[in-house]
Amino acid sequence: MAMTVQVDVVSAEQSMFSGMAEVVVVPGEMGELGIYPRHAPLLTRIKPGSVRIKLPDQSEELIYVSGGMLEVQPHVVTILADTAIRGADLDEARAIEAKRAAEEAMKNRTADIDYAAAQAELAEAIAQLQAISKLRKSHPH
Amino acid sequence: MAGSKEIRTKIKSVENTRKITRAMEMVAAAKMRKAQERMRAARPYAERIRQVAAHLAHANPEYKHPFLVKRESVKNVGVILITSDKGLCGGLNTNVLRLVVNRMKEFEGSGAGIRVSPIGNKGFSFMTRVGARIQSHLTGLGDTPHIENLIGAVKVMLDAYVVGEVDAIYLSYNHFVNTMKQEPVFEQLLPLSGEAMAEKREASWDYIYEPDAKVVVDQLLMRYIESLVYSAVTENQASEQSSRMVAMKAASDNAKTVIGELKLVYNKARQAAITKEISEIVGGAAAVN
Repeated sequence: MAMTVQVDVVSAEQSMFSGMAEVVVVPGEMGELGIYPRHAPLLTRIKPGSVRIKLPDQSEELIYVSGGMLEVQPHVVTILADTAIRGADLDEARAIEAKRAAEEAMKNRTADIDYAAAQAELAEAIAQLQAISKLRKSHPH
Repeated sequence: MAGSKEIRTKIKSVENTRKITRAMEMVAAAKMRKAQERMRAARPYAERIRQVAAHLAHANPEYKHPFLVKRESVKNVGVILITSDKGLCGGLNTNVLRLVVNRMKEFEGSGAGIRVSPIGNKGFSFMTRVGARIQSHLTGLGDTPHIENLIGAVKVMLDAYVVGEVDAIYLSYNHFVNTMKQEPVFEQLLPLSGEAMAEKREASWDYIYEPDAKVVVDQLLMRYIESLVYSAVTENQASEQSSRMVAMKAASDNAKTVIGELKLVYNKARQAAITKEISEIVGGAAAVN
């Protein structure tokens, strides 16, 4: 039987693949990489594309990834996949959008935090909650 | 039968309320299961990326990423505050807000300025009302949060950290202990604590980096922070749904008690009316005879 290597493809939101494989082909940043068992430790970014995993039963598993990182250790290959298309410009655009929304919300605002108002509001909410729990205790059914 | 109609209407209305709270309880229970699954699904990624990041931090002592460097003086503090979008979930948001306000007060007391990035409607509107300085915010995440939605709001905070506008970033959310128990937490996100990065080194080996170590480390740490925030969001959602389920169960039980009491009052009134009618008839018959 051919040598196999443990392969895990995980994204922040889910685990996409976990199992043994003979070869993994990954779209690395510097080019396509074919990882066989006992590969030297390697860490690289990967480009959007498909990851091809050759399983011990000779069938192939294809997983599309929108970028991420590849970590290779002699007996474990981990693909940390991104769930979205990422890029410096795209991330920047998202940040600018978020900043703009915050600035809009910050218009016409006083600079200082009104701790008195904050605590009054919280105290009221807590009092309500306590009242409810007391009411529940005094009303056993 | 004075008042019996009013009582009947009241019972009807409480029954309707109970139907709603029961439905909400069941919806929350279903959503809670899904939220817990998502919470668990996020763990392997976060754990894996933490291990790699820890290894890198040790293997590359010469390259110190700003995320790993502790700053001498903390002039400004950033807080990423995760709350739910909707209410009706017991004391969940109040608890976390109270903790955050207390900690903010401490920072303010030691002379540090505060920037907030609220994620979730409740925290955002609270921070707006009290006049905190909002760096970025994010609302309307829905039941299935996606990391791509978080990127923008988190990046604003991280950028502020990199350029030195804030010297430490904290993350606050509800930690999901179990269905009945959720704990508000306030933990340091940046600089990354040595504890999270500590790892036993069995052998001194290093990765081959492509294209080079710096680029890879930068991206990895960025992903690590995002995954931490994402995990916090999923955990907060699981907490929200379970807290809502418990709150709605309590509301349904209360409605049941109220209905019981009202029925008792109603039946007493009905009985009194019947007794009165009988005694009137008996009295009338006695007068005729």
